[in-house]
Amino acid sequence: MSSIIETRDLTREFTVRDRLRRRTVTAVDGLSLRVAAGESVGYIGANGAGKSTTIKMIVGILVPTSGEATTCGLRPVRDRRVLARRVGVVFGQRSQLWWDLPVRESFEILAAIHALRPAEARARAAELAETLELGEFLATPVRQLSLGQRMRAEIAAALLHRPELLILDEPTIGLDVLSKQRLREFLIAERREHGTTLLLTTHDMGDIERLCDRVLVVDRGRLAYDGTLDGLAATVGARRVLVVDLVEPTADLVGLPGTEHLRSKVGGLRQHLVLDGSTTLAAVLAAVAEHAELRDLSIEEPDIEDVVRRIYAASR
Amino acid sequence: MVSAYRAVLASRVRAQRSYRTSFALDLVGAFLMGLAELAEVYILYTAVQGIGGFTFAQILLVFGLADLTFSLADIVFGHVDNLPEYVRTGKLDVYFLRPQPVLAQLVTSDISLRRLARAGVGAGALTVGLVLNDIAWGPATVALLALALVSGVATFSALFVTAAGLQFFLVNGAEMTNAFVYGGRYAATQPASVWPRAVTVVFGFVFPMAFTAYLPVTALLGLPGAPWLPSWLGWCAPLAALWSWALALACWRWGIRHYRGAGG
Repeated sequence: MSSIIETRDLTREFTVRDRLRRRTVTAVDGLSLRVAAGESVGYIGANGAGKSTTIKMIVGILVPTSGEATTCGLRPVRDRRVLARRVGVVFGQRSQLWWDLPVRESFEILAAIHALRPAEARARAAELAETLELGEFLATPVRQLSLGQRMRAEIAAALLHRPELLILDEPTIGLDVLSKQRLREFLIAERREHGTTLLLTTHDMGDIERLCDRVLVVDRGRLAYDGTLDGLAATVGARRVLVVDLVEPTADLVGLPGTEHLRSKVGGLRQHLVLDGSTTLAAVLAAVAEHAELRDLSIEEPDIEDVVRRIYAASR
Repeated sequence: MVSAYRAVLASRVRAQRSYRTSFALDLVGAFLMGLAELAEVYILYTAVQGIGGFTFAQILLVFGLADLTFSLADIVFGHVDNLPEYVRTGKLDVYFLRPQPVLAQLVTSDISLRRLARAGVGAGALTVGLVLNDIAWGPATVALLALALVSGVATFSALFVTAAGLQFFLVNGAEMTNAFVYGGRYAATQPASVWPRAVTVVFGFVFPMAFTAYLPVTALLGLPGAPWLPSWLGWCAPLAALWSWALALACWRWGIRHYRGAGG
């Protein structure tokens, strides 16, 4: 697969004026990463870890202090105007719609800005209005939209010119559960339909779980992890936990193959066993059944927030 | 490509017209402001005879020309020196994500139609001044007036862009640049012959305000100029406009480079 984003030793320093003293803060520090066309990548990190700075360099707003970025095969700063036609960006906190105009008119202006043919623009706007369910508020001025409605309109605005790369900075921040759900479903469908590459920053691990094949964790400007979400969990030792409810109080289930006893509750009626993945779940359950009769079971997935916290803690 | 700018501007015009009462009040307010400044000039020049060698009828021409050209520039470029607002709200970053030059997007992002009222005051003063004064009309004087109008608008527009470029650096930039923009406008409505030497250097040459009204009017009326500013320079208004734009674009490029962190 050809790469759509590639950075090499990307570094960005800021000079901060601290009363009269000037000091240099390194926001992004020798970052090298590669995103292949068609991938869906979650870019996560604490506030101030360098996520937004990286994105600004990738799209050509900021000039790197050193190192380089290539986006869609272009140099972002030099080729900013060509690149703008191929990338769609939504910054969670800043709008590219016109607050006093109806949504539909914002789309018409953006179509003119991207020099889309009228028929093509109309068809695309209609498609996005349908899939993002914008129909009911297309005629409403942007300032009157709810946060969820505005975010959907922003994403439609970023996708109007059919970019091959979509960059979303905190797209679900502040949205209710239902709005998040609809947005995620839309993004999955959009990627399936058009093969759009997605780079997403978020604090919401649900976004990553549902949308991303791959996670990049950035910490103090450096890449702390690059791989799958499951791999991330394995790296920091967060494992899945099997919770068994037994018919009768039972002694602690210690020493079963492929497990480690974590704790027992209500006198051994409920027991937590850490799965290390060395044997099948069927074998574990069979071993449990030798000791007691199973009433119910559940599996607790690793808490991703916790996983990320551990990554931060480990790299400090 | 032009249609992109036209689409944004048309939407701004629609938005301003859709609040009719508010727009009408803005127009009246701007008109009264213009009238108040004109009254100030009237009182000054009728109370004291011959300030800077100008009668009231003559200063009407300077005031009218400066106020009209400034207001026309203000309609199209006035919002540009509001740059910190664009930076704070992230609008400027959004312009980087679109396939047009950032400055062109900034300029066409808004238009202040209410300042038309102010331009009306300037146009009125200029017209009355042209009638009251004894002008030897001919192709040369018409050409001079036309050059002065076009160059004046260009010079003041450049002043706004210069202010925007400098605001990338200055922390409380608006306060600082307002001194130049509105100070420059005020200086332009007065005869340069009363300017102290330091003002003559700044508003005669660096930000060539004298070329927007005073010098063309002295050339038009055949009056003597000021020290360092002979009246024939009135014909050089287009050169002053070119210089202003060179300065403005340099400041803008410098400011944008600073903003993007490409070194100052």
